[in-house]
Amino acid sequence: MAFYDNMIDIDRRWIYLVLALAVMIPAIIPFTVPVAVTPEVNDIFQFVDTLEAGDYMFLGIDYDPSSMAELHPMCRAIMAHCFSKDINLIMCSLSQNGQGMAEQIIDEISARYNKKSGEDYCFLGYKPYFALVILTMGLNFRVTYPNDVYGVSLDEMPVMDGIRNYNDCAGVIGFESGNIADAWIAYANGRYDTPVALGVTGVMAANYYPYLQTGQLFGLMPGMKGAAEYETLFKQRLERLPEKDPSEDERMVARESMAYQTTSHIVILFFIIISNIGFFLSRKHEKKII
Amino acid sequence: MTTSELLLNGLAAFLTLCIFSFLYKDNPFYKFAERLVAGVSAGYWTMLLYHTSFHDKVIVPIFQQGYWWYIIPTILGIMMWTRFSKKWAWLSRISLAFYMGIATGTSIPVVMYAAIYKQLEGSMNQITTDATGINTLLMTIGLICAVSYFYFSKEHDGWFGGMSRVGIYTLMIGFGAGFGLTVMGRIALLIERIIFLRDYLLVLFGG
Repeated sequence: MAFYDNMIDIDRRWIYLVLALAVMIPAIIPFTVPVAVTPEVNDIFQFVDTLEAGDYMFLGIDYDPSSMAELHPMCRAIMAHCFSKDINLIMCSLSQNGQGMAEQIIDEISARYNKKSGEDYCFLGYKPYFALVILTMGLNFRVTYPNDVYGVSLDEMPVMDGIRNYNDCAGVIGFESGNIADAWIAYANGRYDTPVALGVTGVMAANYYPYLQTGQLFGLMPGMKGAAEYETLFKQRLERLPEKDPSEDERMVARESMAYQTTSHIVILFFIIISNIGFFLSRKHEKKII
Repeated sequence: MTTSELLLNGLAAFLTLCIFSFLYKDNPFYKFAERLVAGVSAGYWTMLLYHTSFHDKVIVPIFQQGYWWYIIPTILGIMMWTRFSKKWAWLSRISLAFYMGIATGTSIPVVMYAAIYKQLEGSMNQITTDATGINTLLMTIGLICAVSYFYFSKEHDGWFGGMSRVGIYTLMIGFGAGFGLTVMGRIALLIERIIFLRDYLLVLFGG
């Protein structure tokens, strides 16, 4: 076997080993990489940042634990941003395992900002058939959710006083790992003309850029990079504040992860390059034989 | 970190390593972790669906609130289960027809608007002389060429072959962007676990 044949026939376990070592470098020797902010993430940040205290935002926390690596940091950053500006939140979870994900973040961030369920936010929880849930919430949140996830009637909550549907919220931001993202675009934006932005996994991101271009989305956060960009903007905002914010000393996981992404991408690029060189050399050799 | 958290995180770290062991080769540790995930998920979903669907939509309205008309969708739901019987399977078609009718009626108009009309509108922008105009021009050329690649009633040679060739390159750019983002997504999952393991070891050994 010629050397170029070895270049395209590397045992996958060597690739895994080198990748594992590359990912461990920043864990042993921590370093940071600069994060350039893209307009689609900046648009979401500016949208939230221009809201006043007492305004309402709707968050759809619709992802499973398998996507928490990418979506947890962006959800955490946006929730912290909203609570630091005293924006009221209405939240739901339209994927089966999403309720646990949402509760984890809500408990963490609401405790950090001393926000109370029913007074500063309302968590509606999970209901099946996401398309119908999104549609009916456009009429009235109470149609699908007469009570919040803890069994408290929405009519008894000060935070839901006078709040009927999406029209009473500035917009919807969905954190999505599946086709619930399409339902937010089609039903919340398409049917009710609600401003919608999405935080999606890296795998999904390329499919949702066309909706950004048509204005059906006012912003898009693609994967961990999108989360790192939002964290960067949020951190910059916290540094400008005259008073200390509870999130100031908190860890920004996605920003930290960018160093790991850098080393692992270098390794992947290296393997792509050597396998391509091997491919072209072996093809050249085959042509010579023919 | 409390003792219970330490133990739970230790279990999570062990299960993470069990799953990673598959990268070398299939083994009993991986099989155990994989089946544990499947079992826990199935158990969790069953209880969640019982509480959010059966309890909230059947038991509470019919038996506690006296909304007797909720019996109609309940019967339609029960009829779905007749698929397990050859004799009564035809009954499930009534429920399916009802469900398909509602799903089609609610989704087709809005999906047509959001995924087709709005996207067509977005691809018909005015071509101007600034940077946006150049972007629009490139997008329009790419769109027409990519669509021409899927037109099979004319042979792909001559000027039409050139167009479909540009179409392939456009599609490849799209696939490349998708591949890059997919790599980032998959690596993100690995990174999250590595950070978790590092933090756990630091807590364990007091680093």
